[in-house]
Amino acid sequence: MTYVIAAPCVADYSCVEICPVAAISPGPEDPEFERVEQLFIHPDVCIDCGACLDVCPVSAIFQEGSLPAKWQHYAAINRQYFEVIAL
Amino acid sequence: MTIPALRIAIVGSGPAGLYAAGHLLDNRDHSVEVDFFERLPTPWGLVRTGVAPDHDDKKKITDRLFDFTLRDPRVQFFGNVTVGKDVQVVELTQWYHAVIFAHGAGDHNAIGIPGEDLEGVWGARDFVQFYNAHPDQADLRFDLSHPRAIIVGNGNVALDIARILTADIAVLEKTDIAQPALDALRASKIREVVIMGRRDLEFAAFNNPELEEFGHLDGVDISASGAIEPPVSESDPVLAWRARRRYEIMERLTSRPRLTSNRQIVFQFLATPVGLRGAGRVEGLDYVRNRVMRTGSTITYERSSTVETLDAGLVLSACGYRGAALKGLPFEEAAGIVPNKGGRVIDADADLPGTYVTGWIKRGCRGIIGSNRRCAHETVSSLIADQEAGLLQPATMTGKQVRALLTTRNKRIVQFCNWRSIDRSERQAGQALGRPRVKLAQTDALLEAAFAPQRQASAIKPGEVGW
Ligand SMILES: Cc1cc2nc3c(=O)[nH]c(=O)nc-3n(C[C@H](O)[C@H](O)[C@H](O)COP(=O)(O)OP(=O)(O)OC[C@H]3O[C@@H](n4cnc5c(N)ncnc54)[C@H](O)[C@@H]3O)c2cc1C
Ligand code: SF4
Repeated sequence: MTYVIAAPCVADYSCVEICPVAAISPGPEDPEFERVEQLFIHPDVCIDCGACLDVCPVSAIFQEGSLPAKWQHYAAINRQYFEVIAL
Repeated sequence: MTIPALRIAIVGSGPAGLYAAGHLLDNRDHSVEVDFFERLPTPWGLVRTGVAPDHDDKKKITDRLFDFTLRDPRVQFFGNVTVGKDVQVVELTQWYHAVIFAHGAGDHNAIGIPGEDLEGVWGARDFVQFYNAHPDQADLRFDLSHPRAIIVGNGNVALDIARILTADIAVLEKTDIAQPALDALRASKIREVVIMGRRDLEFAAFNNPELEEFGHLDGVDISASGAIEPPVSESDPVLAWRARRRYEIMERLTSRPRLTSNRQIVFQFLATPVGLRGAGRVEGLDYVRNRVMRTGSTITYERSSTVETLDAGLVLSACGYRGAALKGLPFEEAAGIVPNKGGRVIDADADLPGTYVTGWIKRGCRGIIGSNRRCAHETVSSLIADQEAGLLQPATMTGKQVRALLTTRNKRIVQFCNWRSIDRSERQAGQALGRPRVKLAQTDALLEAAFAPQRQASAIKPGEVGW
Protein backbone atom coordinates (compact mmCIF):
# COMPACT_ATOMS: atom_id res chain seq x y z
CA MET A 1 0.00 0.00 0.00
CA THR A 2 1.10 3.54 -0.65
CA TYR A 3 -0.29 7.04 -0.38
CA VAL A 4 -1.52 8.79 -3.52
CA ILE A 5 -2.04 12.46 -4.44
CA ALA A 6 -5.32 13.07 -6.30
CA ALA A 7 -6.98 15.84 -8.30
CA PRO A 8 -7.48 18.56 -5.65
CA CYS A 9 -3.69 19.08 -5.31
CA VAL A 10 -2.69 22.76 -5.61
CA ALA A 11 1.08 22.09 -5.31
CA ASP A 12 1.42 23.52 -1.82
CA TYR A 13 4.47 21.47 -0.99
CA SER A 14 3.98 21.01 2.76
CA CYS A 15 3.91 17.26 2.03
CA VAL A 16 7.30 17.39 0.32
CA GLU A 17 8.77 19.08 3.39
CA ILE A 18 7.34 16.62 5.88
CA CYS A 19 7.92 13.34 4.03
CA PRO A 20 10.70 11.50 5.91
CA VAL A 21 11.84 9.56 2.84
CA ALA A 22 11.62 12.18 0.07
CA ALA A 23 8.93 10.22 -1.75
CA ILE A 24 7.10 13.29 -3.07
CA SER A 25 8.02 15.23 -6.23
CA PRO A 26 8.55 17.76 -7.61
CA GLY A 27 9.70 19.90 -4.70
CA PRO A 28 10.18 23.66 -5.04
CA GLU A 29 13.84 23.28 -6.05
CA ASP A 30 12.99 20.91 -8.89
CA PRO A 31 12.81 22.58 -12.32
CA GLU A 32 9.64 20.56 -13.00
CA PHE A 33 7.87 22.39 -10.17
CA GLU A 34 7.00 25.48 -12.17
CA ARG A 35 4.91 23.64 -14.74
CA VAL A 36 3.34 20.73 -12.86
CA GLU A 37 -0.38 20.25 -12.61
CA GLN A 38 0.02 18.55 -9.23
CA LEU A 39 2.59 16.75 -7.04
CA PHE A 40 3.10 12.96 -7.01
CA ILE A 41 4.10 10.23 -4.53
CA HIS A 42 6.59 7.55 -5.55
CA PRO A 43 4.82 4.30 -4.61
CA ASP A 44 8.05 2.32 -4.18
CA VAL A 45 9.64 4.91 -1.90
CA CYS A 46 6.64 5.75 0.29
CA ILE A 47 6.79 3.99 3.68
CA ASP A 48 3.14 4.54 4.42
CA CYS A 49 3.65 6.75 7.46
CA GLY A 50 0.71 9.05 6.71
CA ALA A 51 2.51 12.27 7.68
CA CYS A 52 1.67 13.99 4.39
CA LEU A 53 -2.02 13.27 4.79
CA ASP A 54 -2.30 15.57 7.79
CA VAL A 55 -0.35 18.51 6.39
CA CYS A 56 -2.07 18.68 3.01
CA PRO A 57 -4.13 21.90 3.18
CA VAL A 58 -6.66 20.68 0.59
CA SER A 59 -6.93 17.01 1.66
CA ALA A 60 -5.70 15.79 -1.72
CA ILE A 61 -3.81 12.80 -0.28
CA PHE A 62 -5.35 9.36 0.25
CA GLN A 63 -4.16 5.92 1.16
CA GLU A 64 -4.35 3.96 -2.07
CA GLY A 65 -7.13 1.72 -0.73
CA SER A 66 -9.23 4.71 0.32
CA LEU A 67 -9.14 6.68 -2.92
CA PRO A 68 -12.62 7.95 -3.83
CA ALA A 69 -14.06 6.12 -6.85
CA LYS A 70 -13.63 9.09 -9.21
CA TRP A 71 -9.92 9.31 -8.40
CA GLN A 72 -8.98 5.59 -8.47
CA HIS A 73 -6.77 6.15 -11.51
CA TYR A 74 -4.54 8.59 -9.63
CA ALA A 75 -2.60 5.61 -8.21
CA ALA A 76 -1.44 4.88 -11.75
CA ILE A 77 -0.89 8.57 -12.52
CA ASN A 78 1.38 8.99 -9.47
CA ARG A 79 3.42 5.95 -10.51
CA GLN A 80 3.62 7.03 -14.15
CA TYR A 81 5.11 10.40 -13.26
CA PHE A 82 8.20 8.71 -11.84
CA GLU A 83 8.46 6.35 -14.80
CA VAL A 84 8.30 9.33 -17.14
CA ILE A 85 10.88 11.52 -15.38
CA ALA A 86 13.25 8.54 -15.29
CA LEU A 87 13.22 8.51 -19.12
CA MET B 1 10.69 55.70 20.23
CA THR B 2 12.10 52.45 18.97
CA ILE B 3 10.24 49.85 17.00
CA PRO B 4 12.00 46.60 17.81
CA ALA B 5 10.28 44.26 15.39
CA LEU B 6 10.78 44.06 11.65
CA ARG B 7 7.52 45.65 10.51
CA ILE B 8 6.26 44.60 7.10
CA ALA B 9 3.22 45.74 5.11
CA ILE B 10 1.69 43.27 2.65
CA VAL B 11 -0.63 44.65 -0.03
CA GLY B 12 -3.25 42.04 -0.96
CA SER B 13 -4.36 39.01 1.04
CA GLY B 14 -4.44 36.36 -1.67
CA PRO B 15 -2.31 33.20 -1.64
CA ALA B 16 0.92 35.06 -2.44
CA GLY B 17 0.49 37.60 0.37
CA LEU B 18 -0.49 34.91 2.85
CA TYR B 19 2.36 32.61 1.92
CA ALA B 20 4.75 35.58 2.25
CA ALA B 21 3.39 36.36 5.71
CA GLY B 22 3.72 32.70 6.68
CA HIS B 23 7.37 32.64 5.65
CA LEU B 24 8.07 35.90 7.52
CA LEU B 25 6.45 34.63 10.71
CA ASP B 26 8.37 31.35 10.47
CA ASN B 27 11.66 33.21 10.50
CA ARG B 28 13.42 32.51 13.80
CA ASP B 29 16.14 35.16 13.57
CA HIS B 30 13.91 38.20 13.42
CA SER B 31 10.86 39.20 15.35
CA VAL B 32 8.41 40.19 12.67
CA GLU B 33 5.07 42.00 12.54
CA VAL B 34 2.88 41.96 9.44
CA ASP B 35 0.05 44.33 8.49
CA PHE B 36 -2.17 43.34 5.56
CA PHE B 37 -3.79 46.01 3.40
CA GLU B 38 -6.68 44.55 1.44
CA ARG B 39 -9.00 46.36 -0.93
CA LEU B 40 -11.99 44.10 -0.19
CA PRO B 41 -13.66 43.60 3.18
CA THR B 42 -12.70 39.91 2.80
CA PRO B 43 -9.35 38.10 2.66
CA TRP B 44 -8.14 35.15 0.49
CA GLY B 45 -7.93 36.87 -2.93
CA LEU B 46 -8.77 34.56 -5.82
CA VAL B 47 -9.34 31.60 -3.52
CA ARG B 48 -12.57 33.38 -2.62
CA THR B 49 -13.19 35.31 -5.84
CA GLY B 50 -11.61 33.12 -8.54
CA VAL B 51 -11.58 29.42 -7.65
CA ALA B 52 -14.85 27.91 -8.88
CA PRO B 53 -17.66 27.32 -6.38
CA ASP B 54 -17.69 23.59 -7.16
CA HIS B 55 -13.99 23.36 -6.20
CA ASP B 56 -14.82 23.31 -2.53
CA ASP B 57 -11.94 20.97 -1.72
CA LYS B 58 -9.38 23.53 -2.90
CA LYS B 59 -10.96 26.31 -0.87
CA LYS B 60 -10.20 24.28 2.25
CA ILE B 61 -6.77 25.85 2.11
CA THR B 62 -8.20 28.95 3.76
CA ASP B 63 -9.38 27.07 6.86
CA ARG B 64 -6.53 24.61 6.98
CA LEU B 65 -3.66 27.00 6.34
CA PHE B 66 -4.24 30.70 5.60
CA ASP B 67 -6.51 31.28 8.57
CA PHE B 68 -3.69 30.35 10.96
CA THR B 69 -1.52 33.03 9.42
CA LEU B 70 -4.17 35.73 9.47
CA ARG B 71 -5.12 35.13 13.08
CA ASP B 72 -1.52 35.09 14.34
CA PRO B 73 -1.16 37.78 17.05
CA ARG B 74 1.73 39.33 15.11
CA VAL B 75 -0.58 39.99 12.14
CA GLN B 76 -3.07 42.82 11.61
CA PHE B 77 -5.65 42.77 8.83
CA PHE B 78 -6.84 46.06 7.38
CA GLY B 79 -9.60 45.17 4.94
CA ASN B 80 -11.64 47.65 2.90
CA VAL B 81 -8.47 49.72 2.43
CA THR B 82 -7.28 50.28 -1.14
CA VAL B 83 -3.61 51.02 -1.61
CA GLY B 84 -3.22 53.83 -4.15
CA LYS B 85 -6.46 55.40 -2.95
CA ASP B 86 -6.93 55.25 0.82
CA VAL B 87 -3.23 54.80 1.51
CA GLN B 88 -0.41 55.73 -0.83
CA VAL B 89 2.51 53.51 -1.80
CA VAL B 90 5.00 56.13 -0.60
CA GLU B 91 3.32 56.25 2.80
CA LEU B 92 3.65 52.52 3.25
CA THR B 93 7.32 52.56 2.34
CA GLN B 94 7.88 55.21 5.02
CA TRP B 95 5.79 53.59 7.71
CA TYR B 96 7.32 50.12 7.37
CA HIS B 97 10.73 48.52 7.11
CA ALA B 98 9.51 46.98 3.88
CA VAL B 99 6.40 46.55 1.75
CA ILE B 100 5.52 43.39 -0.16
CA PHE B 101 3.13 43.98 -3.04
CA ALA B 102 0.90 40.98 -3.70
CA HIS B 103 -2.09 42.64 -5.31
CA GLY B 104 -2.58 40.07 -8.08
CA ALA B 105 -4.31 40.66 -11.38
CA GLY B 106 -6.45 43.77 -11.64
CA ASP B 107 -7.30 43.35 -15.31
CA HIS B 108 -7.84 40.87 -18.15
CA ASN B 109 -6.87 40.55 -21.79
CA ALA B 110 -9.46 41.41 -24.42
CA ILE B 111 -9.92 39.16 -27.45
CA GLY B 112 -8.76 42.03 -29.63
CA ILE B 113 -11.42 41.84 -32.37
CA PRO B 114 -14.02 44.30 -33.65
CA GLY B 115 -17.34 44.27 -31.80
CA GLU B 116 -16.08 43.62 -28.28
CA ASP B 117 -18.06 46.60 -27.04
CA LEU B 118 -21.36 44.93 -27.98
CA GLU B 119 -23.72 44.08 -25.18
CA GLY B 120 -23.41 40.45 -24.20
CA VAL B 121 -19.63 40.37 -24.65
CA TRP B 122 -17.79 40.15 -21.35
CA GLY B 123 -14.44 39.36 -19.85
CA ALA B 124 -14.33 35.91 -18.26
CA ARG B 125 -13.07 37.74 -15.18
CA ASP B 126 -16.38 39.64 -14.92
CA PHE B 127 -18.37 36.43 -15.09
CA VAL B 128 -16.13 34.69 -12.56
CA GLN B 129 -16.46 37.63 -10.17
CA PHE B 130 -20.24 37.56 -10.67
CA TYR B 131 -20.61 33.90 -9.73
CA ASN B 132 -18.13 34.24 -6.88
CA ALA B 133 -19.82 37.29 -5.31
CA HIS B 134 -16.96 39.76 -5.86
CA PRO B 135 -18.20 43.21 -4.79
CA ASP B 136 -17.03 44.75 -8.10
CA GLN B 137 -19.54 42.68 -10.08
CA ALA B 138 -22.26 42.11 -7.51
CA ASP B 139 -24.76 44.07 -9.59
CA LEU B 140 -23.97 42.69 -13.03
CA ARG B 141 -26.76 40.95 -14.84
CA PHE B 142 -25.98 38.41 -17.54
CA ASP B 143 -28.39 37.54 -20.28
CA LEU B 144 -28.46 33.75 -20.50
CA SER B 145 -31.52 33.59 -22.76
CA HIS B 146 -29.76 32.50 -25.98
CA PRO B 147 -29.15 28.76 -26.44
CA ARG B 148 -25.44 29.21 -27.16
CA ALA B 149 -22.57 30.81 -25.25
CA ILE B 150 -19.02 31.01 -26.60
CA ILE B 151 -15.90 31.18 -24.47
CA VAL B 152 -12.83 32.42 -26.32
CA GLY B 153 -9.66 30.86 -24.92
CA ASN B 154 -9.22 27.38 -23.49
CA GLY B 155 -7.35 27.70 -20.22
CA ASN B 156 -8.57 26.48 -16.83
CA VAL B 157 -10.76 29.55 -16.38
CA ALA B 158 -12.60 28.73 -19.62
CA LEU B 159 -13.23 25.20 -18.33
CA ASP B 160 -14.44 26.52 -14.96
CA ILE B 161 -16.96 28.76 -16.70
CA ALA B 162 -18.16 26.03 -19.08
CA ARG B 163 -18.76 23.79 -16.06
CA ILE B 164 -20.70 26.45 -14.18
CA LEU B 165 -22.81 27.26 -17.26
CA THR B 166 -23.80 23.62 -17.81
CA ALA B 167 -23.79 22.12 -14.31
CA ASP B 168 -26.88 20.68 -12.72
CA ILE B 169 -28.53 23.37 -10.58
CA ALA B 170 -28.96 20.84 -7.78
CA VAL B 171 -25.16 20.54 -7.63
CA LEU B 172 -24.56 24.30 -7.70
CA GLU B 173 -27.17 24.82 -5.00
CA LYS B 174 -24.90 22.98 -2.60
CA THR B 175 -21.93 25.27 -3.27
CA ASP B 176 -21.09 28.82 -2.21
CA ILE B 177 -22.00 30.25 -5.64
CA ALA B 178 -23.40 33.81 -5.47
CA GLN B 179 -27.17 33.93 -5.15
CA PRO B 180 -27.82 36.18 -8.20
CA ALA B 181 -25.70 33.81 -10.31
CA LEU B 182 -27.64 30.82 -9.04
CA ASP B 183 -30.92 32.56 -9.90
CA ALA B 184 -29.67 33.49 -13.37
CA LEU B 185 -28.44 29.95 -14.03
CA ARG B 186 -31.69 28.45 -12.85
CA ALA B 187 -33.49 30.46 -15.56
CA SER B 188 -30.73 29.92 -18.13
CA LYS B 189 -31.68 28.84 -21.66
CA ILE B 190 -28.12 27.95 -22.59
CA ARG B 191 -27.96 24.51 -24.23
CA GLU B 192 -24.49 24.67 -25.70
CA VAL B 193 -21.20 26.14 -24.56
CA VAL B 194 -18.44 26.41 -27.16
CA ILE B 195 -14.85 26.64 -25.95
CA MET B 196 -12.83 28.13 -28.79
CA GLY B 197 -9.04 28.05 -28.98
CA ARG B 198 -6.48 28.87 -31.62
CA ARG B 199 -4.36 25.80 -31.14
CA ASP B 200 -5.11 22.07 -31.10
CA LEU B 201 -5.74 19.76 -28.20
CA GLU B 202 -2.09 18.97 -27.65
CA PHE B 203 -1.30 22.59 -26.86
CA ALA B 204 -4.55 23.70 -25.27
CA ALA B 205 -3.97 25.70 -22.11
CA PHE B 206 -6.03 23.73 -19.57
CA ASN B 207 -4.75 21.15 -17.09
CA ASN B 208 -5.75 17.49 -17.26
CA PRO B 209 -7.52 17.29 -13.87
CA GLU B 210 -9.77 20.14 -14.99
CA LEU B 211 -10.61 18.41 -18.27
CA GLU B 212 -11.32 15.18 -16.42
CA GLU B 213 -13.94 16.93 -14.33
CA PHE B 214 -16.15 17.30 -17.39
CA GLY B 215 -16.70 13.56 -17.01
CA HIS B 216 -18.42 14.17 -13.67
CA LEU B 217 -21.03 16.58 -15.10
CA ASP B 218 -24.46 14.96 -15.22
CA GLY B 219 -26.56 15.53 -18.32
CA VAL B 220 -23.74 17.10 -20.34
CA ASP B 221 -22.25 15.74 -23.57
CA ILE B 222 -18.73 16.66 -24.62
CA SER B 223 -17.66 16.94 -28.23
CA ALA B 224 -14.63 18.33 -29.97
CA SER B 225 -13.97 19.64 -33.44
CA GLY B 226 -10.83 20.77 -35.16
CA ALA B 227 -7.83 18.47 -35.33
CA ILE B 228 -7.79 16.13 -32.36
CA GLU B 229 -4.86 14.04 -33.42
CA PRO B 230 -2.88 11.88 -31.08
CA PRO B 231 0.01 13.96 -29.84
CA VAL B 232 3.17 13.88 -31.90
CA SER B 233 5.98 12.33 -29.89
CA GLU B 234 7.51 15.19 -27.96
CA SER B 235 11.15 15.29 -27.08
CA ASP B 236 10.16 16.34 -23.57
CA PRO B 237 8.91 13.17 -21.81
CA VAL B 238 6.83 14.96 -19.17
CA LEU B 239 5.01 17.09 -21.73
CA ALA B 240 4.54 14.06 -23.99
CA TRP B 241 3.05 12.10 -21.11
CA ARG B 242 0.73 14.93 -20.23
CA ALA B 243 -0.38 15.36 -23.85
CA ARG B 244 -1.06 11.63 -24.12
CA ARG B 245 -3.18 11.71 -20.98
CA ARG B 246 -5.08 14.71 -22.28
CA TYR B 247 -5.79 12.93 -25.53
CA GLU B 248 -7.02 9.81 -23.69
CA ILE B 249 -9.32 11.84 -21.45
CA MET B 250 -10.76 13.64 -24.47
CA GLU B 251 -11.31 10.34 -26.27
CA ARG B 252 -13.12 8.97 -23.25
CA LEU B 253 -15.28 12.07 -22.85
CA THR B 254 -16.26 12.38 -26.49
CA SER B 255 -17.01 8.71 -27.13
CA ARG B 256 -19.71 8.44 -24.50
CA PRO B 257 -23.27 7.86 -25.75
CA ARG B 258 -25.11 11.12 -26.39
CA LEU B 259 -28.58 12.30 -25.59
CA THR B 260 -30.24 15.15 -27.47
CA SER B 261 -31.82 16.25 -24.22
CA ASN B 262 -28.35 16.84 -22.74
CA ARG B 263 -26.57 20.16 -22.61
CA GLN B 264 -23.46 20.30 -24.79
CA ILE B 265 -19.90 21.46 -24.25
CA VAL B 266 -18.16 21.76 -27.61
CA PHE B 267 -14.40 22.21 -27.88
CA GLN B 268 -13.63 24.10 -31.05
CA PHE B 269 -9.90 23.68 -31.53
CA LEU B 270 -7.87 25.41 -34.23
CA ALA B 271 -10.23 28.35 -34.59
CA THR B 272 -9.41 32.05 -34.33
CA PRO B 273 -12.15 34.61 -33.71
CA VAL B 274 -12.05 37.55 -36.13
CA GLY B 275 -15.12 39.61 -35.25
CA LEU B 276 -18.38 39.88 -33.39
CA ARG B 277 -21.73 40.51 -35.05
CA GLY B 278 -24.81 42.19 -33.76
CA ALA B 279 -26.76 45.43 -33.62
CA GLY B 280 -26.13 46.78 -30.14
CA ARG B 281 -26.26 43.25 -28.72
CA VAL B 282 -24.03 40.37 -29.78
CA GLU B 283 -25.66 37.88 -32.13
CA GLY B 284 -22.74 35.86 -33.37
CA LEU B 285 -19.01 35.39 -33.62
CA ASP B 286 -17.02 35.21 -36.85
CA TYR B 287 -13.99 32.96 -36.89
CA VAL B 288 -11.55 31.25 -39.23
CA ARG B 289 -10.11 27.78 -38.92
CA ASN B 290 -6.39 27.16 -38.59
CA ARG B 291 -4.27 24.44 -40.07
CA VAL B 292 -1.35 23.02 -38.12
CA MET B 293 1.92 23.18 -40.02
CA ARG B 294 4.76 21.15 -38.63
CA THR B 295 8.28 21.64 -39.86
CA GLY B 296 10.59 19.58 -37.71
CA SER B 297 9.87 20.62 -34.16
CA THR B 298 8.40 24.03 -34.99
CA ILE B 299 4.65 24.37 -35.22
CA THR B 300 2.85 27.19 -36.93
CA TYR B 301 -0.84 27.76 -37.56
CA GLU B 302 -2.04 28.75 -40.98
CA ARG B 303 -5.31 30.65 -41.06
CA SER B 304 -7.91 29.76 -43.65
CA SER B 305 -9.47 32.67 -45.52
CA THR B 306 -13.02 31.36 -45.12
CA VAL B 307 -14.92 33.15 -42.39
CA GLU B 308 -17.52 31.08 -40.57
CA THR B 309 -20.11 32.32 -38.09
CA LEU B 310 -21.54 30.87 -34.89
CA ASP B 311 -24.68 32.38 -33.39
CA ALA B 312 -24.41 33.24 -29.72
CA GLY B 313 -25.99 35.50 -27.13
CA LEU B 314 -23.10 35.50 -24.69
CA VAL B 315 -19.40 35.72 -25.56
CA LEU B 316 -16.77 35.58 -22.83
CA SER B 317 -13.15 36.48 -23.37
CA ALA B 318 -11.03 34.03 -21.39
CA CYS B 319 -7.73 35.17 -22.87
CA GLY B 320 -6.01 35.53 -19.54
CA TYR B 321 -5.98 37.65 -16.41
CA ARG B 322 -3.51 40.52 -16.37
CA GLY B 323 -1.81 42.69 -13.79
CA ALA B 324 -2.76 46.38 -13.60
CA ALA B 325 -0.56 49.37 -12.78
CA LEU B 326 -0.63 50.68 -9.22
CA LYS B 327 0.06 54.38 -8.68
CA GLY B 328 3.53 54.90 -7.25
CA LEU B 329 4.89 51.51 -8.28
CA PRO B 330 6.84 50.69 -11.47
CA PHE B 331 4.92 48.62 -14.01
CA GLU B 332 5.99 46.65 -17.06
CA GLU B 333 3.12 47.19 -19.43
CA ALA B 334 3.94 44.44 -21.93
CA ALA B 335 4.12 41.65 -19.37
CA GLY B 336 1.61 43.16 -16.95
CA ILE B 337 3.96 42.77 -14.01
CA VAL B 338 5.97 44.85 -11.57
CA PRO B 339 9.60 44.66 -12.76
CA ASN B 340 11.68 42.79 -10.19
CA LYS B 341 14.76 40.71 -9.53
CA GLY B 342 14.05 37.79 -7.24
CA GLY B 343 11.11 39.75 -5.79
CA ARG B 344 13.03 43.04 -5.30
CA VAL B 345 11.19 45.75 -7.20
CA ILE B 346 13.49 47.47 -9.68
CA ASP B 347 13.06 50.58 -11.73
CA ALA B 348 14.85 51.74 -14.88
CA ASP B 349 16.71 54.50 -13.10
CA ALA B 350 16.52 53.80 -9.38
CA ASP B 351 16.63 50.94 -6.96
CA LEU B 352 13.68 50.87 -4.65
CA PRO B 353 15.01 49.40 -1.42
CA GLY B 354 12.35 48.08 0.90
CA THR B 355 9.91 47.38 -1.94
CA TYR B 356 9.13 43.79 -2.89
CA VAL B 357 6.62 41.91 -4.97
CA THR B 358 5.19 38.39 -5.07
CA GLY B 359 2.45 36.31 -6.72
CA TRP B 360 0.75 37.00 -10.03
CA ILE B 361 1.83 40.63 -10.10
CA LYS B 362 5.45 39.40 -9.90
CA ARG B 363 5.41 36.42 -12.27
CA GLY B 364 2.42 37.08 -14.50
CA CYS B 365 -0.92 35.31 -14.23
CA ARG B 366 0.07 31.68 -14.26
CA GLY B 367 0.53 28.78 -11.91
CA ILE B 368 -1.68 27.19 -9.31
CA ILE B 369 -2.07 28.18 -5.69
CA GLY B 370 1.10 26.41 -4.48
CA SER B 371 3.23 28.10 -7.18
CA ASN B 372 2.80 31.26 -5.14
CA ARG B 373 4.39 29.59 -2.14
CA ARG B 374 7.75 29.13 -3.80
CA CYS B 375 7.40 32.60 -5.29
CA ALA B 376 6.72 34.16 -1.86
CA HIS B 377 9.61 32.23 -0.35
CA GLU B 378 12.01 33.75 -2.85
CA THR B 379 10.71 37.26 -2.16
CA VAL B 380 10.91 36.86 1.62
CA SER B 381 14.45 35.48 1.33
CA SER B 382 15.47 38.61 -0.60
CA LEU B 383 13.83 40.81 2.02
CA ILE B 384 15.50 39.08 4.96
CA ALA B 385 18.88 39.22 3.20
CA ASP B 386 18.43 42.98 2.66
CA GLN B 387 17.52 43.49 6.30
CA GLU B 388 20.62 41.58 7.37
CA ALA B 389 22.73 43.67 5.01
CA GLY B 390 21.36 46.81 6.67
CA LEU B 391 19.56 48.01 3.54
CA LEU B 392 16.13 48.56 5.07
CA GLN B 393 15.10 51.87 6.63
CA PRO B 394 13.54 51.39 10.05
CA ALA B 395 9.79 51.60 10.34
CA THR B 396 8.43 54.94 11.55
CA MET B 397 5.16 53.74 13.01
CA THR B 398 4.00 51.02 15.36
CA GLY B 399 1.10 48.77 14.45
CA LYS B 400 -1.12 50.64 16.85
CA GLN B 401 -0.21 54.00 15.32
CA VAL B 402 -0.96 52.79 11.80
CA ARG B 403 -4.32 51.48 12.94
CA ALA B 404 -5.15 54.75 14.66
CA LEU B 405 -4.14 56.78 11.63
CA LEU B 406 -6.21 54.65 9.25
CA THR B 407 -9.24 55.10 11.48
CA THR B 408 -8.91 58.89 11.30
CA ARG B 409 -9.23 58.62 7.53
CA ASN B 410 -12.83 57.93 8.21
CA LYS B 411 -12.89 54.44 6.80
CA ARG B 412 -14.67 51.40 8.07
CA ILE B 413 -11.61 49.29 8.43
CA VAL B 414 -12.35 45.61 8.46
CA GLN B 415 -10.02 44.06 11.00
CA PHE B 416 -9.67 40.35 11.65
CA CYS B 417 -12.49 40.27 14.22
CA ASN B 418 -14.76 42.05 11.74
CA TRP B 419 -13.90 39.55 9.02
CA ARG B 420 -14.76 36.81 11.53
CA SER B 421 -18.22 38.35 11.86
CA ILE B 422 -18.69 38.29 8.09
CA ASP B 423 -17.43 34.73 7.94
CA ARG B 424 -19.70 33.61 10.75
CA SER B 425 -22.82 35.20 9.30
CA GLU B 426 -22.12 33.73 5.82
CA ARG B 427 -21.61 30.26 7.25
CA GLN B 428 -24.69 30.51 9.42
CA ALA B 429 -26.79 31.54 6.44
CA GLY B 430 -25.41 28.54 4.55
CA GLN B 431 -26.05 26.04 7.31
CA ALA B 432 -29.82 26.18 7.00
CA LEU B 433 -29.54 25.47 3.26
CA GLY B 434 -26.89 22.76 3.38
CA ARG B 435 -24.39 25.08 1.70
CA PRO B 436 -20.86 25.86 2.92
CA ARG B 437 -21.85 29.53 3.10
CA VAL B 438 -24.07 32.10 1.46
CA LYS B 439 -21.69 34.80 0.32
CA LEU B 440 -22.43 38.46 0.76
CA ALA B 441 -21.48 40.36 -2.37
CA GLN B 442 -22.40 44.01 -1.91
CA THR B 443 -19.80 46.03 -0.02
CA ASP B 444 -22.57 47.53 2.12
CA ALA B 445 -23.86 44.13 3.13
CA LEU B 446 -20.34 42.94 3.90
CA LEU B 447 -19.66 45.98 6.06
CA GLU B 448 -22.96 45.60 7.84
CA ALA B 449 -22.09 42.02 8.74
CA ALA B 450 -18.56 43.07 9.67
CA PHE B 451 -19.76 45.60 12.24
CA ALA B 452 -22.92 43.87 13.45
CA PRO B 453 -23.09 44.01 17.22
CA GLN B 454 -21.60 40.89 18.75
CA ARG B 455 -23.40 38.75 21.25
CA GLN B 456 -22.30 40.09 24.59
CA ALA B 457 -20.26 38.23 27.13
CA SER B 458 -23.23 38.78 29.48
CA ALA B 459 -24.69 35.63 27.93
CA ILE B 460 -22.29 33.85 30.22
CA LYS B 461 -23.85 33.18 33.60
CA PRO B 462 -21.80 33.95 36.69
CA GLY B 463 -19.66 30.96 37.60
CA GLU B 464 -19.54 29.66 33.99
CA VAL B 465 -16.31 29.62 32.10
CA GLY B 466 -16.47 31.80 29.01
CA TRP B 467 -14.20 31.08 26.05
C1 LIG C 1 -10.82 32.04 -12.21
C2 LIG C 1 -9.64 31.42 -11.53
C3 LIG C 1 -9.72 30.13 -11.02
C4 LIG C 1 -8.62 29.54 -10.40
N1 LIG C 1 -8.74 28.27 -9.92
C5 LIG C 1 -7.67 27.68 -9.32
C6 LIG C 1 -7.76 26.35 -8.81
O1 LIG C 1 -8.82 25.70 -8.90
N2 LIG C 1 -6.66 25.81 -8.21
C7 LIG C 1 -5.48 26.51 -8.11
O2 LIG C 1 -4.52 25.97 -7.56
N3 LIG C 1 -5.37 27.77 -8.58
C8 LIG C 1 -6.43 28.37 -9.19
N4 LIG C 1 -6.30 29.64 -9.68
C9 LIG C 1 -5.00 30.34 -9.55
C10 LIG C 1 -4.83 31.03 -8.18
O3 LIG C 1 -6.04 31.62 -7.82
C11 LIG C 1 -3.69 32.07 -8.27
O4 LIG C 1 -2.48 31.38 -8.50
C12 LIG C 1 -3.51 32.90 -6.99
O5 LIG C 1 -4.73 33.36 -6.48
C13 LIG C 1 -2.60 34.11 -7.23
O6 LIG C 1 -2.37 34.70 -5.98
P1 LIG C 1 -2.04 36.25 -5.74
O7 LIG C 1 -1.98 36.37 -4.25
O8 LIG C 1 -0.88 36.65 -6.54
O9 LIG C 1 -3.29 37.09 -6.30
P2 LIG C 1 -4.81 37.20 -5.83
O10 LIG C 1 -5.32 35.90 -5.35
O11 LIG C 1 -5.53 37.86 -6.93
O12 LIG C 1 -4.79 38.21 -4.57
C14 LIG C 1 -4.60 39.61 -4.72
C15 LIG C 1 -5.31 40.36 -3.61
O13 LIG C 1 -4.91 41.73 -3.63
C16 LIG C 1 -6.04 42.57 -3.44
N5 LIG C 1 -5.76 43.89 -4.02
C17 LIG C 1 -5.72 44.20 -5.34
N6 LIG C 1 -5.42 45.50 -5.50
C18 LIG C 1 -5.26 46.03 -4.27
C19 LIG C 1 -4.95 47.34 -3.78
N7 LIG C 1 -4.74 48.35 -4.62
N8 LIG C 1 -4.89 47.53 -2.45
C20 LIG C 1 -5.11 46.51 -1.58
N9 LIG C 1 -5.40 45.25 -1.99
C21 LIG C 1 -5.47 45.02 -3.32
C22 LIG C 1 -7.16 41.81 -4.12
O14 LIG C 1 -8.44 42.22 -3.66
C23 LIG C 1 -6.83 40.36 -3.74
O15 LIG C 1 -7.42 40.01 -2.51
C24 LIG C 1 -7.40 30.25 -10.31
C25 LIG C 1 -7.31 31.54 -10.84
C26 LIG C 1 -8.41 32.13 -11.44
C27 LIG C 1 -8.30 33.49 -12.01
S1 SF4 D 1 2.90 8.51 3.59
FE1 SF4 D 1 4.83 9.18 4.60
S2 SF4 D 1 6.40 8.24 3.31
FE2 SF4 D 1 4.53 8.15 2.11
S3 SF4 D 1 4.60 10.01 0.87
FE3 SF4 D 1 3.41 10.52 2.73
S4 SF4 D 1 4.95 11.37 4.13
FE4 SF4 D 1 6.12 10.31 2.52
